[in-house]
Amino acid sequence: MTLLSIDWLLLIEKLILIAIIVFASLGIALYTTFAERKVAAILQDRPGPNRAGPFGLLQPFADGLKLIMKEEIIPSSASKFLFILGPGLAMTAALMTCAVIPWSSHVELFDRKIDLQIADINIGILYVFGVVSLGVYGIMIGGWASNNKFSLMAALRGASQAISYELAMGISLIAVLMISGSLSLKTMVDQQMAPGQLWNVAYQPLGFLIFFICAMAECNRTPFDLPEAENELNFGYHQEYSSMKLGFYLFSEYVNMIMSSAIMASLFFGGFDIPFLDERTLAPNIAAILGVAALLTKIVIFIFVFMWIRWTIPRFRYDQLMNLGWKTLIPLALFNMLVTGAFILWRQGG
Amino acid sequence: MQALTNRAKEVSRKPMTLLEKLYLPAIAKGMLITFSHIFKKQPTVSYPEQKRPFSPVFRGLHVLNRDEEGRERCTACGLCAVACPAEAITMEAAERLPGEENLYREEKYAAKYEINMLRCIFCGLCEEACPKDAIYLSETFAPANFTRKGFIYGKDALLIPDAKTDPEGYAKARGIGEPTTAD
Ligand code: SF4
Ligand code: SF4
Repeated sequence: MTLLSIDWLLLIEKLILIAIIVFASLGIALYTTFAERKVAAILQDRPGPNRAGPFGLLQPFADGLKLIMKEEIIPSSASKFLFILGPGLAMTAALMTCAVIPWSSHVELFDRKIDLQIADINIGILYVFGVVSLGVYGIMIGGWASNNKFSLMAALRGASQAISYELAMGISLIAVLMISGSLSLKTMVDQQMAPGQLWNVAYQPLGFLIFFICAMAECNRTPFDLPEAENELNFGYHQEYSSMKLGFYLFSEYVNMIMSSAIMASLFFGGFDIPFLDERTLAPNIAAILGVAALLTKIVIFIFVFMWIRWTIPRFRYDQLMNLGWKTLIPLALFNMLVTGAFILWRQGG
Repeated sequence: MQALTNRAKEVSRKPMTLLEKLYLPAIAKGMLITFSHIFKKQPTVSYPEQKRPFSPVFRGLHVLNRDEEGRERCTACGLCAVACPAEAITMEAAERLPGEENLYREEKYAAKYEINMLRCIFCGLCEEACPKDAIYLSETFAPANFTRKGFIYGKDALLIPDAKTDPEGYAKARGIGEPTTAD
């Protein structure tokens, strides 16, 4: 009967962890929308939202309430099932990534060692890629189900962009995998944490740059926000959406941003590693809390950079976007991969 | 071709160098500029709490003046309505009855006096036209409203409170004490 014996405690522990992480991500995403508006405002010499609550802190809730209260419109010629599926898929795909991110080491609670990672699967990073590709379906289905040619065209723009930049992203990642020799995010972070070991960004600056640019394109952030292009094309693949379904699409962008920041932090910036500190000298619970704080700090910095870029550079033209993706980033990523491979071979031979 | 002025500048059609094609230096430069704006002073005026000073000749919301004894000055002559380029003023005249001498200064007065603030362009010509010094543009402005009707100001809104019995209301309607650029 060992086959059927389920470790109930493990199940409960994981469920609690999932709940905490999902709600924390949503909460952070909520305030990321607020931060976006504040950062935009401050970079443009204005105060930003400051009326709802102290310092405008209740603004995201006011926005959410507004979106929920809006009338729910489903165009009569739209395919209803897919129309509703689209935003759900976008949101699910955005949230699913958090399953493999190691948020910190482990805590010891009630004589149990609880890993602060939902699932340490040995193909972690491949899983991330699979899920990120799923996000394209959210865009495509949304644009297609609306039965509006402009939405469809925007969805095509979005899909082609996502697919082109996924390539360069994948290739730049191979170089990191060559160094770490593992696909598990946890192992990669542990390697970077080991004393005397530098963060991966020190070995892979070019790889990080490519990955960062591609991550921006994957999240549809300016300068790659062509699928949305709210001011000059049309509102993009979610043009026909209203109410909270639109909210889901907009919100999933922010969740995506958090997740890609977390992944970049884990892959290139040591995850929950605190620089110049050997975590093993601390009690495990304190180390875990500090680790979470360190990872969150890195995520916040990345998000700020995302926003900072958004409010600095204008959008690429479509041909520029494709040129950059196919003619610059992919060759650069290939070059980076070859150099890394050659270097590793040389090290092993010597 | 002969240039007409010496201000013309030839557009550079040089192909981009590799460094420019990478976009990165230009992006870094732009990002430094935006970053420097974090530390710049914000010109925003948080309106209801903080007010920008009016100019001393500011032409704001109209008031209908009273004379020294608190009587309405307007005699419903209609010159302001004639002068008004926006045709914002309408009025109905009435005759002063015996016993109302303490209310109206002249024998004829405006029983109804309305200004449509959505039509008004605040040019101040009504003020210039008035022979009785009855209409006056104060240093306040029309607050927002939900309906168009709310912008048609009647006598209840225009007539200034008596300076003797209600000095506070008088000062408020005139916009006395609002910050001006004069001080
Ligand atoms: S300020 Fe000008 S537009 Fe306004 S009521 Fe007077 S005359 Fe008419
Ligand atoms: S406000 Fe002056 S101009 Fe207008 S009707 Fe009255 S007295 Fe005549």
